[in-house]
Amino acid sequence: MMIKLTGGKVYDPANNVNGEVRDIYVRDGRIVAADPDARVDQEYDVRGKVVMAGAIDPHTHIGGGKVTIARTLLPEDHFKDEVAHTEITRAGTGYATPSTMITGYRYAEMGYTAAFEPAMLPANARQAHMEMGDTPLLDKGAFVMLGSDDFLLRSMAEKQDFEFIKDYIAWTMHASQAIAMKVVNPGGISAFKFNQRKLDLDEQHVHYGVTPRDIILTLARGLLELGVTHPLHVHGCNLGIPGNVETTLATIKATEGLPLHLTHIQFHSYATEGDRKFSSGAVQIAELLKKYPNISIDVGQVMFGATCTASGDSMRQYNGAKNADPKRWVVMDIECDAGCGVVPFRYRDKSFVHALQWAIGLETFLLCDDPWRIFLTTDHPNGAPFYTYPHLIRLLMDRDFRRETMLHVNPDALMYSTLPHLEREYTMYEVAIMTRAGPARSLGLKDLGHVGPGARADITVYNEDSNRERMFEKPAMVFKNGDLVVRDGKVIKVVNGATHVARPEYNRDIEKSLKSYFDRYHTVRMENFRLSDDEIIDGGRGEIIVQPTRARTSS
Amino acid sequence: MTAQAEGDRSGEPTGTHIYNNVTCPFCGLLCDDLQITRTGSSLKVNNGCPRATAGFQRPLPAAKPLIRGSEASLEEAVKAAAEIVRGAKLPLYGGMAGDVGNARAMLSIADRTGGVVDHVLSEGQYRNFRVVQTSGWIMTTLTEARNRADLFVIVGSDIHKLHGRFFDRIVTPDETMFESLGGKRTVIFIGEGLDTSAATGPRVKEVITLPAAKDRIPEVLAAISAIVRGHPISSGGEEVKRNSLLASFLGSSGNADEIAGIKRADIEKVAEKFKAANYGVLVWSPPALNMPEADLTVHMMTEIVRELNLTTRFAGLSLGGNEGAPSAASTCTWQTGYPLRVSFASGAPEYDANRYNIARMLTDGEGDMLMWVASIGTDIGLPQTAVPTVVLGTPGLRLAQPPTVYIPVGTPGIDHSGQMVRCDNVVSLPMQNLGRSQLPSSADVLAAIEAAL
Repeated sequence: MMIKLTGGKVYDPANNVNGEVRDIYVRDGRIVAADPDARVDQEYDVRGKVVMAGAIDPHTHIGGGKVTIARTLLPEDHFKDEVAHTEITRAGTGYATPSTMITGYRYAEMGYTAAFEPAMLPANARQAHMEMGDTPLLDKGAFVMLGSDDFLLRSMAEKQDFEFIKDYIAWTMHASQAIAMKVVNPGGISAFKFNQRKLDLDEQHVHYGVTPRDIILTLARGLLELGVTHPLHVHGCNLGIPGNVETTLATIKATEGLPLHLTHIQFHSYATEGDRKFSSGAVQIAELLKKYPNISIDVGQVMFGATCTASGDSMRQYNGAKNADPKRWVVMDIECDAGCGVVPFRYRDKSFVHALQWAIGLETFLLCDDPWRIFLTTDHPNGAPFYTYPHLIRLLMDRDFRRETMLHVNPDALMYSTLPHLEREYTMYEVAIMTRAGPARSLGLKDLGHVGPGARADITVYNEDSNRERMFEKPAMVFKNGDLVVRDGKVIKVVNGATHVARPEYNRDIEKSLKSYFDRYHTVRMENFRLSDDEIIDGGRGEIIVQPTRARTSS
Repeated sequence: MTAQAEGDRSGEPTGTHIYNNVTCPFCGLLCDDLQITRTGSSLKVNNGCPRATAGFQRPLPAAKPLIRGSEASLEEAVKAAAEIVRGAKLPLYGGMAGDVGNARAMLSIADRTGGVVDHVLSEGQYRNFRVVQTSGWIMTTLTEARNRADLFVIVGSDIHKLHGRFFDRIVTPDETMFESLGGKRTVIFIGEGLDTSAATGPRVKEVITLPAAKDRIPEVLAAISAIVRGHPISSGGEEVKRNSLLASFLGSSGNADEIAGIKRADIEKVAEKFKAANYGVLVWSPPALNMPEADLTVHMMTEIVRELNLTTRFAGLSLGGNEGAPSAASTCTWQTGYPLRVSFASGAPEYDANRYNIARMLTDGEGDMLMWVASIGTDIGLPQTAVPTVVLGTPGLRLAQPPTVYIPVGTPGIDHSGQMVRCDNVVSLPMQNLGRSQLPSSADVLAAIEAAL
């Protein structure tokens, strides 16, 4: 079956195509080279429309225990957004923490065809994959969390051989079926269990004596030497604390050339100028990032309205719980492995703090001049639900709209940010980098994020509209593996996406140590901690795609 | 899976097979370290609690699908069930005792047919959900408690009877990771008649019991709550007031005061231990808290935990979770946003924890058909009802009334593989197929019924 999309204006940064009119041919779910002699079974006239690869969200909390805790915590969040089933779609609920099927439908209806859960606890991996398995239309994958797990901290405290630690990192990725690794408040989630309430970059964990700096460097170097494409995904220390920009700058400098991804950096870019001792540190971050090409970021943009924050960072979420709105929150210590904190929150445009958070996010986008190293996220649902992306894109692409919006936010806040002075407007090409080509390259997603020959036929077609919000919220067509799944912003066909994993090489002897650890201390057997392929793909829930890793090296 | 099956596993069960690292579906702890030997279709548990042993070793009676009491083929029974479902205006999907696959299948057919979903043990779970949905909580999980807790407080729940290996695995394990912090445990029982016999051995420093009657446990908790907050406690009820008045006349100290029949000094001593703990864990099993307004008791516990976290670390640990209740609730929550008691009658999920309580609906004559899944234990037979019933049950399920259609189904973790969610709602475990029978999974039967609609 040959499909042809005729005459679209194509933005495909991975192949250096910047708005040129091109025909795209699809055969058997993949994009193929133009072949004028081929018999076309189905042609779509997309003249005058914008064509991109399906969008990829590299950081969105869509599956796993903390999301389901958030769903449980706030039934009223769903009351206003209950969705009936149709002939082809299941019923569910939306808003800040939508149900799994609704998550899949709404992402697809917005032109997204892949989304990555960034905080999968090893102990909760099975449930995270079950939830992602119930999320249709999207390819997905998960970043597994280490860094507050007792096995790593013990190994570091005991000064275990680095190859041993690398084997453990790789084993964890296999066991939990992950594509990348994240560290959240390095060591801090564990320290909180020992009643330590704060852990700065060079502060020692009260029990193990290791510091967040040690943990970040150990994991980052481990992943590099294991050949995992996506660098360590870092949710740093001191989230949300005024002055934490210093910690973030120190973290960047600590890498000494190691690659790192700093996630939801907006929440880590707070300085302490002014009467309120709260101001933007976005300029300092953007300047330093220019000197560190090894660092990529995503923003975690705040948007105004009610949401629910859900994080592995139990230490900081416990601290933030005093601001819960409504006053209801959950904090958990989990399995000598990790933790979580779920705190509902309402960002108000008239609040000094919230307006400044909003401004810092936008500043970060506008000040960072390399779109290959910055990804568009709201850290769904922490900064805002993912449905706000089209609005965010308009804020970035439309200076006048941005100015108009600034009139409605707390004016004092804008005095502590450079946002009012920033003239930049994102181009379509830059948006395509930030939402497609960049995340695909960073995560090592072979065949995704572009529309050149060989790519999976995940394609989004937008109606050209000078109102970029309207344009991006309702694509004319979305194709998933060559199937037309969305038409005029509505799901017309439901298919399952694949689960992407990475499997770096490791020495199986690590299981001897792990088996002994699990038998002595754990309540789950090592053999049952591991998640099999069958558990993910059973019931026709889509294939597993093993993304390539580089050969393992040693320093 | 990691079964070390020796020999041929295909076809009818034959030979002797040994399975290691087997997860037990018979209570919410989901112990996964069982070794089970299967000979033909009979199982022998080599290391389980009494409940596990009884569950796995129960001889499986022969069972055939039945339509109005007459034997039928599976196909005929599926067809008959589909006819009943098709004829219903408000089908009720209850029981829900099964694994995640079962919950997925029940939600699918309920969504399609505009039905209501609820689990047979929701009443207990709702003692917790009501608290989560009004104030939230601070909780821990089994492995964390096992290694870290220096204080266990068991509230109103006969944990040793309900979860036979909890003490063995969590309170008194051979090794813990932080010997200097949680190596020696104080165990406090609040409530009368609780089996304290398992709180023993080198790991247990001290056992204290406050034997309050179950309906007066909230008074004890209220007193502890006041003490940890630094509030003075005035005497509780009138009776106590009289006593203290009398005491003041007689010139004796306040030590004569009693709260819920417990000496105030004993409660104060316990409250001090709460405050002194490095990592305290308040343990309850929701089904056991059958006092009136038990959610308020859970709430009081979680508020004590919240207060103590201002200075030290403390967490709740809710057990229970039998009959796959957490699997049903979690799956329903991620698929609909709501933890059971959801109606799809309007096409969209509508949640009402009182209105869509299936037990209440049946009593009040709401709903016109009941699909009942009981794939694990034999004790959760059909509620009394006059509406047509379809039961997907483990053979030997105790049924007070014959269902309209009965279809025997396998048990997850014995007759088919699957996944279940543990009582702490964090960990889920793989369930192995031990090859006991050829019985279909309830999920497969439900999918067949849905396909036949």
